Amino acid sequence: MVNISTKIGGLTLKNPVLTASGTFGYGTEYKDLVDLNSLGGIIVKGTTLNPREGNDYPRMAETPSGMLNAVGLQNKGVDYFINNIYPTISNYDTEIIVNVSGASVTDYVAVAERISELDKINAIEVNISCPNVKQGGMAFGTTIEGASEITTAIRKVYHKTLIVKLSPNVTDIVSIAKAVEDSGADSVSLINTLLGMAIDVERQKPVLSTITGGLSGPAVRPVAVRMVWQVAKVVKIPVIGLGGIASGRDAMEFILAGASAVQVGTANFIYPNITLEIINYIKEYCTRHNVKDITELIGAVNK
Amino acid sequence: MKYLKDFRVVENVYINSLYSLLKLTPDDGKPLADVKPGQFVQVLVPESSATLLRRPISINYVDKANNELWLLVRRAGNATNILADKKANSLINLLYPLGNGFTCILNSNGKTLLTGGGVGIAPLLYLGKILSDNNIAFEYLIGAKSKSDLLELDLLEKLATVNISTDNGSAGEKGLITHNSCLDKNWARIYCCGPAPMMKAIAKIAHQRNIDCEVSLENMMACGLGACLCCVEKTVKGNVCVCTEGPIFNIKDLTW
Repeated sequence: MVNISTKIGGLTLKNPVLTASGTFGYGTEYKDLVDLNSLGGIIVKGTTLNPREGNDYPRMAETPSGMLNAVGLQNKGVDYFINNIYPTISNYDTEIIVNVSGASVTDYVAVAERISELDKINAIEVNISCPNVKQGGMAFGTTIEGASEITTAIRKVYHKTLIVKLSPNVTDIVSIAKAVEDSGADSVSLINTLLGMAIDVERQKPVLSTITGGLSGPAVRPVAVRMVWQVAKVVKIPVIGLGGIASGRDAMEFILAGASAVQVGTANFIYPNITLEIINYIKEYCTRHNVKDITELIGAVNK
Repeated sequence: MKYLKDFRVVENVYINSLYSLLKLTPDDGKPLADVKPGQFVQVLVPESSATLLRRPISINYVDKANNELWLLVRRAGNATNILADKKANSLINLLYPLGNGFTCILNSNGKTLLTGGGVGIAPLLYLGKILSDNNIAFEYLIGAKSKSDLLELDLLEKLATVNISTDNGSAGEKGLITHNSCLDKNWARIYCCGPAPMMKAIAKIAHQRNIDCEVSLENMMACGLGACLCCVEKTVKGNVCVCTEGPIFNIKDLTW
């Protein structure tokens, strides 16, 4: 019997496969297609203090082995989440993690405080890396000072598991990860999308209404694996790896690079039940490599 | 209930150099899910390395007797070229049925018009079949570049009177469908699917004459499940997903 459960801060995930924020809705969108109870966890879409309409259409452009998005954190706000979404998802037998976003430190703190009151939510993922909003988002994630300030402020009010999601759009992601760890985070997740742009050459205009957007999908995977490897070597807190995972093999790349868990994002759009295949692959992989516990493989590439 | 399922190509009817009609049946032999006219499928195209996302395609027809689901495919790029060239017996993975579908009001007073242009006629065949089965009086108004671009005309004509407009006048009236004389009749309801400028022009007429009107939008989408929030349309309720709250919208809910 292979043990593929994994620990992230105070959480014990039944397996290391989570769904990435913004790619799996609140889970319920996929309930006909995926047994949600079999997932390690669901990271629900970015939640802000007040409702947000997001950016104008077009918000998406398909690119080679990837896609650009510029959704801009469309959501109905934290109160709507608490009153309308939480009651319907809190009874699933999987960890529900809320992705928290904001335009200011006080916004982030207010959302974290509200979410901390929810019994069945044991962790938040703080998004300091959204490239598609004018204020907040990535602005906090691209400097050591900004990342520290947000993490410190939320740590003061949020006493459950605190994950901080990092931006790859920086010169040195390791120093940002260190700063977040030193400010009290229990885990870091990386990477959010890479800033990109696509142009409609016939119309001679950008494809996206926002001109630039966030690149995700298999195209970003080698960048993500490299960053996870760099960060995992330096920080002591567990690292959650994501970026272009579309198969069990891809997930193992991140685990071997040092990730204690992984998130599946864009691939959910194409293969709605890919997470279940990935979980099965990880079990099969462990058996094939004669490993009794997945934790033996975390960062194994360095051995 | 949505399903992720492999379908077998029963037949690929090569209509012309631009269009193919794929007749599909579930590979597991099970009956098709209930499908409403105006709903769509998300088709996986793993053969094309240039294609990451599934392709949303309107459901053209449901042939219950033969357990077939039909897709009318217009060649628009790598992915649709691959689909349009699919051989009989090959497999295609579908996520279906998606979206809301037309309201299909079956107790309507007054006459209903089903109007579409180009590949936009796709959902109107199945919609016409349902209306016809329920003895709802309706006519078609179909637009195309020329006579040879009129799709499934024989099938539409079996269901109702078909009014035609072509750009070059090679069939029906010459000019845009918005100028077709059949629009002068007293329509109670219009169901419309086609290029955005055509739908906006029809919506304008419907607004002016106070005709109840539904249109089928085709905003670019990724998931088809309401998760990615990429395909949003601005409505009186704010930004909503075309894939789940649409693709069919009553024009009074749009900001057109």
